[in-house]
Amino acid sequence: MGLMRGLALRAAVLSVLLFAVFVGAWQVATAPVAGVASGPGLSPEQIEYARMMGKDPGAQKSGGFPTPGQVAATIVGHLSDPFYDKGPNDKGIGIQLGHSLGRVALGFSLACLVAIPLGFLIGMSPLMRRSLDPFIQVLKPISPLAWMPLALYTIKDSSASGIFVIFICSVWPMLVNTAFGVASVKREWLNVALTLEVSSMRKAFLVILPAAAPTILTGMRISMGIAWLVIVAAEMLVGGTGIGYFVWNEWNNLSLTNVIFAVLVIGVVGMLLDLAFGWLQRAVTYVD
Amino acid sequence: MSAFLRVERLAKTYQPHKPVFQDVSFAIQRGEFVCIIGHSGCGKTTVLNILAGLDVATEGYVFMENREVAGPSLDRGVVFQGHALMPWFTVGQNIAFAVRSRWPDWDRARVHAQVEHFVALVGLGAAIDRKPSELSGGMKQRVGIARAFAIQPRLLLLDEPFGALDALTRGTIQDELMGIVRETTQTVFMITHDVDEAILLADRILLMSNGNETRAGYRPGRIAEVVDNPLPRERTRATLHHLEAYYPFRNQIVDFLVSRAKAV
Ligand SMILES: Nc1ncnc2c1ncn2[C@@H]1O[C@H](COP(=O)(O)OP(=O)(O)OP(=O)(O)O)[C@@H](O)[C@H]1O
Ligand SMILES: [Mg+2]
Repeated sequence: MGLMRGLALRAAVLSVLLFAVFVGAWQVATAPVAGVASGPGLSPEQIEYARMMGKDPGAQKSGGFPTPGQVAATIVGHLSDPFYDKGPNDKGIGIQLGHSLGRVALGFSLACLVAIPLGFLIGMSPLMRRSLDPFIQVLKPISPLAWMPLALYTIKDSSASGIFVIFICSVWPMLVNTAFGVASVKREWLNVALTLEVSSMRKAFLVILPAAAPTILTGMRISMGIAWLVIVAAEMLVGGTGIGYFVWNEWNNLSLTNVIFAVLVIGVVGMLLDLAFGWLQRAVTYVD
Repeated sequence: MSAFLRVERLAKTYQPHKPVFQDVSFAIQRGEFVCIIGHSGCGKTTVLNILAGLDVATEGYVFMENREVAGPSLDRGVVFQGHALMPWFTVGQNIAFAVRSRWPDWDRARVHAQVEHFVALVGLGAAIDRKPSELSGGMKQRVGIARAFAIQPRLLLLDEPFGALDALTRGTIQDELMGIVRETTQTVFMITHDVDEAILLADRILLMSNGNETRAGYRPGRIAEVVDNPLPRERTRATLHHLEAYYPFRNQIVDFLVSRAKAV
């Protein structure tokens, strides 16, 4: 126990150290170097020429990669007012995140509603497994973004298309895991249910579901991870709202500090989602 | 023709022309305790699963109270070779699951009373709210037995219920089982590897031989001998070996297992 605590402490100290080194290196790499900005050895004509070629030697430093201090200031700025709304291209990070999370929640829930019952069916019936297998094998490896044009054409609504893309990418890991979990429920538990003449509904909910729950939740966790990866890309494509659109918009504004901030937010939210599913997974895991 | 359970000419074939066993016929009277002994792989579990309705025979029939067994039923309770408890339920929930399946219209209080009674019967009252993973092997096996008894089946099928237990625990649970069976006049069919266990518990012992290759060709497994237990029914584990008839009876069974069960 003491050993474990010592390990955790040492790991934490090391994490902080690594972070400090990283920020330090970043600071050094982005610090303005005196004399370079004014362009020594460059005649006014040369500077003028460089400007015409689109390379402004004077502006380069101020528009270059932001320093840690600038990013920190941006983070504080955004977090101090996350929910403001000043028109379509200027919304608080909280609102953008809310849109993204809403789409993910909707698409993911729809995927659950389809994948879990269908996975049960496939897991229980070898006939269904064999007949649906070719479709699943072909559909599964398709990048969810490849569906985007078809979705936009048929659904015509960009937000709904985003939800559809989340649905389609979440469905496969859940489907495959549910089918696998259900198919590998121990024979002996099913035999117990058989000898007790348990009705199929009670069997599904009291025997098969708890037995397969850890595998199903593994599938859901993978799906959620993929959905969070995909939503950013999808929102970059369809635009409008969401954290992905925010990244795209700030890139167009050439505001790298905002992009860095958004990247950090995406990482932290993804981690929190994964932690939540990890917690759920532990809650349904049983020791056999 | 009025036997409680009749087994007629059962055969089970996996490989063509090489049935695991063939011509297995026997009967069990109401209230009788019958054990089957045989070497590993002779087909004991298969016979038991067919009686339970979990497996189908290639040939032959099983009748219980003159009705053919055609699938699992609450009338036949099974204690499985592994304990087969559901690890996501507590001890009490495992048994309640069985009780509710047997009597779906019982209210909570009644289910709870039945569960408590049978948990107490196997001496696990203190462990009723624990998960199976928090129990020892012997305790798990006892829960399995309590679950089978709690639905009050007409026939109890036990597949090596004490196989995984150490000798000491085994003795204690054998005593418990014997007590419950005598008290409830339960009809029991039980598989065992242990000769003394069979002598202690069984009224009748079926000796099963393995299928084997002889010079005259393949001979499937079968019930080679049926022996009635000559010892008084009031026997106990502690006094068993003081009984006069004990050693000759024991030798008869051991002789069979050593020399004839796999005889060429
Ligand atoms: N699905 C199967 N396919 C082929 N052979 C099988 C199958 N199931 C069982 N057998 C064979 O049937 C025979 C009887 O198996 P069974 O489980 O009834 O043995 P057992 O007498 O209960 O053995 P043990 O004492 O080890 O539990 C074994 O020889 C086994 O190889
Ligand atoms: Mg067996």
